[in-house]
Amino acid sequence: MTQTDLPASAAPPVALPESPPAPATPARERRIGSLEVLAGLLVLLVVLRGWLAGLMTGARLQTWTTVFVSVLVQAVPFLVFGVVLSAIIAVFVPRSFWEKALPKHPALAVPAAGLAGVVLPGCECGSVPIAGSLIRRGVTPAAAIAFLLAAPAINPIVLTATAVAFPGKPEMVIGRGAASLIVAVGMGWLWLKLGKESWIRLPHRPDLEGKARFEAFWSAIRHDVMHAGGYLVMGAAAAATINVVVPATWLARLAAHPVLSVLALAVLAVLLSICSEADAFVAASLSQFSLTARLVFLVVGPMIDLKLIAMQTGVFGRRFMWRFAPTTLVAAILVGTATGLVLL
Amino acid sequence: MSRLTQAVVLFLFGGAILRASVTDLFLRYVKAGLRPYLIAAGVLLIVAAAMTLWSAMRARSTSSSLEEEDHDGHGHAHHEPRVGWLLVLPVLGLLLVSPPALGSFAAGKAGSVSAAPASGSDYPPLPAGDPAQVGLLDYASRALFDDGKSLTGRNLRMSGFVTPGPDGQPMLARIVLTCCAADGRPIKVGMTGKVPLDVPADTWIQVDGVYTAKRAKDPANNVDMAYVEVKSWEAIPEPKQPYS
Repeated sequence: MTQTDLPASAAPPVALPESPPAPATPARERRIGSLEVLAGLLVLLVVLRGWLAGLMTGARLQTWTTVFVSVLVQAVPFLVFGVVLSAIIAVFVPRSFWEKALPKHPALAVPAAGLAGVVLPGCECGSVPIAGSLIRRGVTPAAAIAFLLAAPAINPIVLTATAVAFPGKPEMVIGRGAASLIVAVGMGWLWLKLGKESWIRLPHRPDLEGKARFEAFWSAIRHDVMHAGGYLVMGAAAAATINVVVPATWLARLAAHPVLSVLALAVLAVLLSICSEADAFVAASLSQFSLTARLVFLVVGPMIDLKLIAMQTGVFGRRFMWRFAPTTLVAAILVGTATGLVLL
Repeated sequence: MSRLTQAVVLFLFGGAILRASVTDLFLRYVKAGLRPYLIAAGVLLIVAAAMTLWSAMRARSTSSSLEEEDHDGHGHAHHEPRVGWLLVLPVLGLLLVSPPALGSFAAGKAGSVSAAPASGSDYPPLPAGDPAQVGLLDYASRALFDDGKSLTGRNLRMSGFVTPGPDGQPMLARIVLTCCAADGRPIKVGMTGKVPLDVPADTWIQVDGVYTAKRAKDPANNVDMAYVEVKSWEAIPEPKQPYS
């Protein structure tokens, strides 16, 4: 049943896009359930390996696969860390804890949650399931949103990385921290004013209440890995595609224009979906762009990108995403630009 | 997706991560420092798979299986995440394909890294030895920001893969990673003297040479690129740690 010891010889590339996941077969008849589909799929892939390898010899496709696998490998520890933390929140932290820990008034709970995000070193892949778990446990969505946006953008690791990537420019670090916190808290408050609870549709999770804690814990982990992990795969595929398709020379032409350069880097941040720990170094290498444009890149990236859109759609639902993603993008661009104009 | 299937997918996913991190395969995709976290994540996924298997088996043997076993049928189909099927893709990528480390395609696409000047005012002397081992990034930084002062008069040895430069001439390159291959950017150093012509792109070579003041601009991002005067070169196998 298990295929872990398959021979993985010198990179015979399999066309990943050629092997779409089989749709889950409704298991009305137990004979051909999803397990049999999976087994069949795996056998087929092993048998067709040589043929698939022939399809994927091009440098472009190979680079695509490398970037795809590497985005995933990089994200997996953060995903698992986030999922475990979210399972702990779901199972072991009593509801009453959040009532005590966060200020009673929602308007005050938002900045408190934003600041909590500063302390927790996490990648954006981890903070999505955590935010979902917080809402499940009765934390006001506004506070969860502030946490979701703040945690990946302004934790100590990310700020240190920014300082290293921009030596001698501490205003970059300050600007990034300030702008990201303003956007996170601002989005939380905006939710209090305009948001509707009905937009959020958390995925059904097997009911944890009735189970023994130990079992509930593992059940939550299994569910979240399958769910958030699946969306992460989607995002990684999109990011790899952009990485391979967009030529660097386009960027050079845009950099000359002050307004376009800001918008271009904002869009690039969304498309590239780089981990927040690494984006400062990429921003540093985009040396033809103004510092303000690069600050916007750093503010937008951890809050909204392809990988996050996919994951947040999975965790919060489409209705939420349609409103949340564009608003966050606009807010991040505006606040990032304003901060850049003041500080840089 | 039944719970049993999820257990298998989780096991394969965790197993693929674990296998990549205990072998050196993962070095093609991420930095070496991530290894302990990858191992921990892989083990945790496998434990999660085992726990899922255990509870699925238990639910099957006891008759109280109603609420658990029937998640993939009887109108609950969308409750168990179908999107989880996608996790088969990274398993394939890691176990069957194991794509190679980034090479000349990626190097040709992006502009060269702008080597940062040293944090202090002076560069430390090169390591002892004749020739002295220098990293490409270190060489470019010393050449561009210190006018090669710390390089002059020394025989140098550096390694990288061959990639066609903007002018079509072969250049020596290495991919610099910060986090993972998605942020990989090339550092390119031009070659004069005994340039390895007719060497296919992506061939790893070791170059012995000396400093030269020649420069060029990378048209992709307008960054200065240093050159090295090659005295001799030889092909080498790809290093375990392909990135710098």
